[in-house]
Amino acid sequence: MEQEKKFYTLLVYSENIAGILNQITAVFTRRQVNIESLNVSASSIEGVHKYTITAWCYDDQVVKIVNQIEKKIDVIKATYFTDDQLFIRETGLYKLSTDEVMQNSEISRIVRHYDAQITEVNPTYVIVMKSGNTEDIMNLFNALNEFNCVLQYTRSGRIAVTRSTQEQVSEFLEQREKAER
Amino acid sequence: MDKEMITGSESLMRALKAEGVETIFGYPGGSIMPVYDSLYEYTRGEKKAFHHVLVRHEQGAVHAAQGFARTSGKVGVAVVTSGPGATNTLTGIADAMLDSTPIVVIAGQVGISALGTDAFQEVDLVGVSQPISKWSYQIRHADDVAWAVSRAFYIARSGRPGPVVLDFPKNAQTHLCEWTGPEHVKSVRSYVPYPTPSKSSISEAAKLINSAKRPLALVGQGVELADAHQELIELIEKADIPVGRTLLGLSALSSRHPLNKGMLGMHGQYALNMKTQEADVIIAIGMRFSDRVTGLPSTYARQAKIIHLDIDKAEINKCIHADIPVIGDCKVTMPAITKLLNKNDHTEWKKSFDSYFEMEKEQVIGPAIHPKEGPLLMGEVVNAVAEATKGDAVLVTDVGQNQMLSSRYFHYNKKRSIVTSGGLGTMGFGMPAAIGATFGAPDRTICMFCGDGGFQMNIQELGTIMEQQAPVKMILMNNNYLGNVRQWQDMFWNGHRSFTPMMNPKYNLIANAYNIPYELVVDRKELSSKVDKMLASKGPFILECAIKEDADVMPMVAPGKTIDEMMLKFNS
Ligand SMILES: Cc1ncc(C[n+]2csc(CCOP(=O)(O)OP(=O)(O)O)c2C)c(N)n1
Repeated sequence: MEQEKKFYTLLVYSENIAGILNQITAVFTRRQVNIESLNVSASSIEGVHKYTITAWCYDDQVVKIVNQIEKKIDVIKATYFTDDQLFIRETGLYKLSTDEVMQNSEISRIVRHYDAQITEVNPTYVIVMKSGNTEDIMNLFNALNEFNCVLQYTRSGRIAVTRSTQEQVSEFLEQREKAER
Repeated sequence: MDKEMITGSESLMRALKAEGVETIFGYPGGSIMPVYDSLYEYTRGEKKAFHHVLVRHEQGAVHAAQGFARTSGKVGVAVVTSGPGATNTLTGIADAMLDSTPIVVIAGQVGISALGTDAFQEVDLVGVSQPISKWSYQIRHADDVAWAVSRAFYIARSGRPGPVVLDFPKNAQTHLCEWTGPEHVKSVRSYVPYPTPSKSSISEAAKLINSAKRPLALVGQGVELADAHQELIELIEKADIPVGRTLLGLSALSSRHPLNKGMLGMHGQYALNMKTQEADVIIAIGMRFSDRVTGLPSTYARQAKIIHLDIDKAEINKCIHADIPVIGDCKVTMPAITKLLNKNDHTEWKKSFDSYFEMEKEQVIGPAIHPKEGPLLMGEVVNAVAEATKGDAVLVTDVGQNQMLSSRYFHYNKKRSIVTSGGLGTMGFGMPAAIGATFGAPDRTICMFCGDGGFQMNIQELGTIMEQQAPVKMILMNNNYLGNVRQWQDMFWNGHRSFTPMMNPKYNLIANAYNIPYELVVDRKELSSKVDKMLASKGPFILECAIKEDADVMPMVAPGKTIDEMMLKFNS
């Protein structure tokens, strides 16, 4: 039976030490898995960095990838999720030509329809921002693009928090601290 | 009290001393000169703490550190300069990573301000070594030396051991720092070297072993690394389980133990490969199901339930699915399982190995170690050395036919008795690793088996052997071929001996040049007396053996085949 690839989100927590990103991405490249999006930021715990990574891969592949990432000395914890286990956001930024927006009222109607925000307006351009899921953000782009009004467009990597209460890693760190005492 | 201010290099000396380091393998150069200046004092006179072995190539320093670590159980240390010195260590680092060998490689680096400018002899060592090391770290400040060294040793030796790289920029070596005593890193919060085994996995494993009719234990280097030889014996004796050992696990159980059924894998024991495909329960202990052991993984032991004991969670289900993973230190998990085992008797099952073993003995082993005629064979040379050393010596091998035949026919009665490049298969490993072994196990005889190809791949280390008078007994099995590749060419590549015949130098002259005693064996009648002469000599010795040019290592599982398709003879 042919296995099907699934879309996974990996949450990785690490110490704030240089060179970890390299080590994490190398685990994917070595197994020829493409990273779809990547976001690195601080977590709610001081000194702990959080990576949100998405990729298409097989079930057994994602387990191996997570194990190999967690094996890196300065990685605290690596876990994987499917979309139903997470609260997910991405952001799209759309820079539109002010002239086009003024000439065609349909454009601002679309912006409102997609629940996007207009964050800046000046005589040459209008900046529109939309946060949501990938599909909505791309749909808005496609809709706007019909009017030839998009000067620039970019979409952020995914950020995600789990549906559990704490940072995934807090309990682990507590245990480690207890063990060290 | 006044603060004591010292340089980063002095701090390195003190930190190494605090780790119990006595032997350092190294090679100096521009970016590591401050360290060598400190070493000058620490290798003589009042401050003497270390013996420094000047190798002849940095690859040799790392392999020697590996040989030292594998025989002593301690962390091996190599010190080199930046740039080419650093890149020359990479093969050894990769080798140590695949074979879980604890070493610390300390490399010089250009000064901090020159980093990233393509300065003379600048290489991003941390960047290039990251994927092949357990941890690599750049020490940017003299203040960090004590901490970084302690952390490096802790990481190298704990859990599943491995190589650690410390990249040490020159100004961090010369800058002053306050010495507040050595650090004692005992834990790293992001790193769990000894995972706590789950109770349920242990009881499930015991239950399965108790119900097994045809159990088979596969033992790897993990048992040696955990120093769990006795725990292994208790487990297998109580449940009466026959054992196969991996190449790196050969001395995890004495060759004389009645449950020992030999070596696994491509050139392992015929009976073991056949029986792996009949076992109902396989207990894998500290081994990683390398493709050299499993053959074609999709057809490997499909009928068996597999229990996998490993300290490294990432090994579970990596190559072969484990029905019951037991994650933890096998020195802890084995006794926990043994406690729950019923005393058992598997006489019938064990007996069923015998007919296969007889076949192998008659068709392969006999002719290999007791040939009646024709040129000398590797097997008989190994056998002669093995009998003369009575299972007490340490076997160091290079890579190729010499490796497979020496590991097959050597005898192992003591732990930590085999040093070989298993995962990486590094030709040129043998000679420098054997140098390291003479320092790691100074009371034991070190026998190094090597082909004519591998001998020449780090032949410059004869200089180190000469200078150190390192008592390496070098058995050079000269078949005038890159034998292992020649065998594969004959078997699988139309017999095209593409660049495998090799012109050899006069090794007697080379031995003479390095002032190392030498003998040549051509006639098998002289074999045993010359082996005795070699073993009776005090220092290093080269015993060149004129080996049959086109003898094959048998039995063999052809690459990509199922292990029970193992061939006793090759029929082209
Ligand atoms: C560094 C390195 N290069 C190439 C190889 C591939 N290789 C494996 S065995 C072998 C032949 C070894 O020949 P020799 O040292 O004469 O030993 P023999 O097989 O004849 O015992 C070669 C070339 C290797 N393992 N390592």
